[in-house]
Amino acid sequence: MTEIDITILFAGVVAGAAPIVLATLGETITEKAGIINLSLDGTILLSAMAAFVVAFETKSILLGFAFAAVVGGIVAAIVAFFSIYLNQSQVAVGFVLTLMTRDLAYFLGNSYSRLQGPQVLPLPIPFLKDIPFLGQILFNQNLLVYFSLVMIVFCWWYMYRTPLGLKLRSVGENPRASYARGINPKKQQMLYSICGGLLVGLAGATFSLSVKPGWGRPQGAEGVGWIALVLVIFGGWHPIKAAMGAYLFSFLQVIGIYCQGWLPTVPAQVFQVAPFPLMIFTLLVMSLAQKESVLNWAEDHIRMKSILAFLSGSVPTSLGKPFRQE
Amino acid sequence: MKIFLRHLFEGTLTLLVVFLFTTIVLLVSGAPPFAAYYHIFIGSLGSWIKLGQVIQVWIPLTLCAVGLLYTFRIDLWNIGVEGQVMLGAVFTTAVLRIDAAKSMPMLFIGLSFVAGILGGATWAILAGVLKTKGGVNEIFAGLGLNFVGQGVILWLIFGPWRRPGIASMSGTELFPHELWLPFLPTFRLSPVGLVLALSALILTALLLRYTHIGLSLKAIGNNRDAAYLFGLKPDRNMIIAMIFAGGFAGLAGGIQVVGVYHRLLPAISSNYGYLALLVVMLANYNVWITPLVAFFFACLNVGSIQLPMMLELDSSLSGVIQGSLVLATLAVYSYRIRGKVSGGTPAI
Repeated sequence: MTEIDITILFAGVVAGAAPIVLATLGETITEKAGIINLSLDGTILLSAMAAFVVAFETKSILLGFAFAAVVGGIVAAIVAFFSIYLNQSQVAVGFVLTLMTRDLAYFLGNSYSRLQGPQVLPLPIPFLKDIPFLGQILFNQNLLVYFSLVMIVFCWWYMYRTPLGLKLRSVGENPRASYARGINPKKQQMLYSICGGLLVGLAGATFSLSVKPGWGRPQGAEGVGWIALVLVIFGGWHPIKAAMGAYLFSFLQVIGIYCQGWLPTVPAQVFQVAPFPLMIFTLLVMSLAQKESVLNWAEDHIRMKSILAFLSGSVPTSLGKPFRQE
Repeated sequence: MKIFLRHLFEGTLTLLVVFLFTTIVLLVSGAPPFAAYYHIFIGSLGSWIKLGQVIQVWIPLTLCAVGLLYTFRIDLWNIGVEGQVMLGAVFTTAVLRIDAAKSMPMLFIGLSFVAGILGGATWAILAGVLKTKGGVNEIFAGLGLNFVGQGVILWLIFGPWRRPGIASMSGTELFPHELWLPFLPTFRLSPVGLVLALSALILTALLLRYTHIGLSLKAIGNNRDAAYLFGLKPDRNMIIAMIFAGGFAGLAGGIQVVGVYHRLLPAISSNYGYLALLVVMLANYNVWITPLVAFFFACLNVGSIQLPMMLELDSSLSGVIQGSLVLATLAVYSYRIRGKVSGGTPAI
């Protein structure tokens, strides 16, 4: 491979990762506040459909994105409402919504299938794009890619460097204690579920207006929501690590496309499902890395120890267990 | 009487909410709502043949749902049921592809069902072991295995089992007629599948109600730690529950292959596994309500096939109705619980 190829490859990785990064960050925020929004896979499709249809009808890409974000926020609000105010299982409601929003997307978007619609245009940043190598990868992209990059840093800063972020984390760790400190856990969880949902909605719009332009059944974004949910675990509920997971995933996807060219004898179906066994394997390694016997063994292996330290992330203590006022 | 009236009121309220929501969805998409409802009704219960199609959907749906009763009882989210149907179908097809099958059809159809059960159970055990030994959440393990199952089917159809000539999404070559399940002419429906589904239902009702297994599953599902201290083995019972769920799902996949499509298709599982999860939730995990809900869902699925032909709508409307029905039921149900709390009864 020549150097130009590598630049194109990495630019493709960064562009393709944008929606996954957004969805992963959104879910990280939501889960950090203690709510699991399992409906990601369907929400992404529904918001992708909404974005495409609105952008197609109004010729305004901005409206498409706004509408998609609202859709994502509404679905997340439903999950949070059922859990916080109706005491229903987040997993159950999230799963029902996964299926329902997907079907809703296919149903409502049916007459917009396979149409040529508007797309996000590239927006190279002057001067910065001329930086050798990095310039082409990071600064010769569209606005969404820049947005996803900024959001990674912003999420980290908000969660770990602001008083508001401290509140957010405290609600996910120990809602009872934060209640005693005068924080309303229910309101916080509702707020951050919706914030997370907005980002997931934008992720959907990024698919239908940029990464996989257009609408259809299937759209091509199917399965990504589940990947994002796993990436949150992979990232140990830390926005930067989770985003790194998203780039790693996008890298593997791009490599997969190259591999198909190099290894024509391997059927295409193998590459299509390859992320999923990998996903199980990742979770398995993550889980084993927490086991005491493995940790003891790693004491003697310095390199393994640092790998394990990287893999270990702490799950928000009250994740999935909503606050009950007595 | 008072309880009955309350149930009646809640049921009506739920249906009204769902009806309103669906009507709005139809209006938004610019379709005539009542024409859509009419076609769904006529398309599912309008004739004996349609009823036969409904029962044909009811069979795998009920089998999957019945299996999920075991896993839900022990508090496992067996999302992998979809993949378990697929693997059941793959194993069944593998047996029927043996050359000797044509000469002894009855024996091989029986064997193929056993293989289907094994296939589904294998996939379920895999998810179960990942959960108990590997600490991988069963939702992600099962879901990952669903995608892998789909990949296996596609690979087989386009690879080793492709049709002579050209491989396509329409599946493998049709089996010879000897290897089709016999079917009733008026309904175009195989009674064998119906008998199997009903037996699974009765077996499950008995097992869960009267045996040690049923009690253990329930005890562990309710309070895992207490059950463990009591001497029950949570891990082993989880695997047992998964074997039941996977076995029934695999049988469903086998019936789809032998009795319905007579070949292996990419869409052999038709999302019945995912749908079965909704069925069981809507039935509130009750053995006897499960087949009724499954019947209603089957009607919606079969009826909505008319929508693309008659009104140029997507058939996924059935999924919208089913999903909103479950959500509305959960909302109304939790409102009742809340009413109880404020009524003075102590909270649980």
